[in-house]
Amino acid sequence: MAKDVAKTGNEAMAEAMRQINPDVVAAYPITPATEVVMIFAKYVADGLVSTEYVAVESEHSAMSACVGASAAGGRVMTGTSSQGLVYMFEILPIAAALRLPIVMCEVNRAISGPINIHCDHSDTMAARDFGWIQIFSENSQEAYDSLIQAIRIAEDPRVSLPTMVTTDGFIISHCLDRITILEDSEVQDFIGKSRKAEVELLNVDKPVSIGAIDLQDYYFEHRVQIAEAIKNSKKVIQEVADEFAKKFGRQYGFIEEYKLADADVAIVALGSTCGTAKVVIDELRSKGVKAGMLKIRLFRPFPAEEIIKALSNVKALAILDRSDTWSGQGGHVFTEIRSAMYEVKNKPKMINYIYGLGGREITKEHLHQVFADLGKIDSKPLYNYLGVRE
Amino acid sequence: MANLKELSTRKEALCGGHRMCPGCGAPIIVRQILLAAKDPVVIVSATGCLEVSTTIFPYTAWNVPFLHNAFENAAATMAGIEACYQKYKRDGKITKNIQFIAFGGDGGTYDIGLQSLSGAMERGHDFLYVCYNNEAYMNTGVQRSGATPKGANTTTEPAGKVKQGKSKYRKDLTEIMVAHNIPYVAQATAGSWVDLTRKAEKAFSIRGAKFINVLQPCRLGWAYKPEETLALSRLAVETCYWPAYEVENGVYKINIKPKDKKPIVDFLKSQDRFRHLFKPGNEGILEDIQKEVDHRWEMLLAKESSGKAG
Repeated sequence: MAKDVAKTGNEAMAEAMRQINPDVVAAYPITPATEVVMIFAKYVADGLVSTEYVAVESEHSAMSACVGASAAGGRVMTGTSSQGLVYMFEILPIAAALRLPIVMCEVNRAISGPINIHCDHSDTMAARDFGWIQIFSENSQEAYDSLIQAIRIAEDPRVSLPTMVTTDGFIISHCLDRITILEDSEVQDFIGKSRKAEVELLNVDKPVSIGAIDLQDYYFEHRVQIAEAIKNSKKVIQEVADEFAKKFGRQYGFIEEYKLADADVAIVALGSTCGTAKVVIDELRSKGVKAGMLKIRLFRPFPAEEIIKALSNVKALAILDRSDTWSGQGGHVFTEIRSAMYEVKNKPKMINYIYGLGGREITKEHLHQVFADLGKIDSKPLYNYLGVRE
Repeated sequence: MANLKELSTRKEALCGGHRMCPGCGAPIIVRQILLAAKDPVVIVSATGCLEVSTTIFPYTAWNVPFLHNAFENAAATMAGIEACYQKYKRDGKITKNIQFIAFGGDGGTYDIGLQSLSGAMERGHDFLYVCYNNEAYMNTGVQRSGATPKGANTTTEPAGKVKQGKSKYRKDLTEIMVAHNIPYVAQATAGSWVDLTRKAEKAFSIRGAKFINVLQPCRLGWAYKPEETLALSRLAVETCYWPAYEVENGVYKINIKPKDKKPIVDFLKSQDRFRHLFKPGNEGILEDIQKEVDHRWEMLLAKESSGKAG
């Protein structure tokens, strides 16, 4: 039977990893994700998992070893954050191109410089173009549930892509939360005892060459296959979420609508900020303001159709980005939604707020200000920085 | 040790038809080492000549499982494969013994891949790392590396009107590997199949991290006649430019001791990469190189006679 426990985001992810019991974990410590691999290393030392744990000398080697272990046929996991994720960048697209279903616990943290250890989404957003599936979490429960689902999604033969599940550094990773965890056997039954790889490097009786140089005559087709797989993954992600809901009662979608159906004014956000936003929306609703929120859980693939549908009745929309693209054209979420909305006839007026960089707190007051701005959206600039000193 | 007759009956892991240069030492090294393996093998190659020339999609010259990941991470990639193998063995999913061999050029080993290699060796993964060391980035057109010897002409430290090629001596990666206290470290060339086969067999018989640094004459970068690859390899040993030795559990053994140590100029003058050193005015550089070769050779002899790690 499922039971309620108090866990931080990192503990919740480590607990999911224990229950998943992967063949290989290769990881390197980095704040604020260190605990995930630290707790897991203790599980290994205490014999609570049968995983081969490779305590590598860098994140670059962590992802390199994950590629090797996954190509060998194993179920493989890692965890990292910020500079660690950025250090993996060279290998992340190789993992996707080799169609290796590595699953990563990524704790969102600002990237240097200046050096900063606190939450924003700059690291994960910078990794959005490498062919990884990306799932954001509002709290520890979502991180725990999504990590278990990620194994099924990544390893599905219709997908076969690496997947990262993210939490927000410190805000989720280090805050105690009450979560419901499953029985070990429930997790094992849900994910399947072991990965069924189509190609295994360790099968010496059926030798394959993986990672061949691929030039003008084939490279393009192989890249398009990644695009196809990413497209196909949406169906699988929903199937897995539905099966999870049926078995364990918690339903997930690509997005979550909060009081959005009749909303005149709404915000879009990802991660822990959505919790704060729900409180603000409730306060506004009690005063008669038709406020709502669209929470994005799945950022890659980008659920454009679902977002368009969900926002079809909204009149004024503020899109919140915890990262900047440095293009002068707004943050990552804003540019994607604005692009998705281009063909829509009756689209909401949209403005962008970049907020919370380097862990700058986002308060209820900030969000009240955003909703107040939406009442006079025509007089507001398109691009705004929220909570920054001028 | 397996004799030539026996070796000739074994299945080749790397087949003909690949695109390495005529006379290239790399495939000779790869084939000799892999022939010495009695167990099935799994190969990782760093980005470099060996990888691009043996795998152009949809073709492959490999008859055995082969993985290429990136340039600097052959050792870390193999660490992951070996970790999965250990897990599968524990689970009973695999019962066969498998030998794991990672190949990297000197660029991918001495320079950009040194951290990955050092980490994997320190952690003691059970595999053999082979550096096919041609002393420069040959795949991209002869750029200098940390393995490039003093005086050599490369495209990023060329000989010119005021400079005479590489100004510094190469780093001693073999000794860096010895300092990792792994069970087996060796230096060899393609020039003696007996020495190389025996070293590979020994490496395969030992559990843990193993490293062999094999000097590989490069037709393109060293600029010599293609039929002289093996003779040039032997000359590197006979001049003590590249001593054939091994360090097993910290104990040094020089495997080939030249009866008459030849002068280093014999080695240098046989390759165009050193041609400028023979111009008038560069005699001092030649003397320096000879002194350095002598010094390193004396150090090696001392380490051997002391009977322990240096």
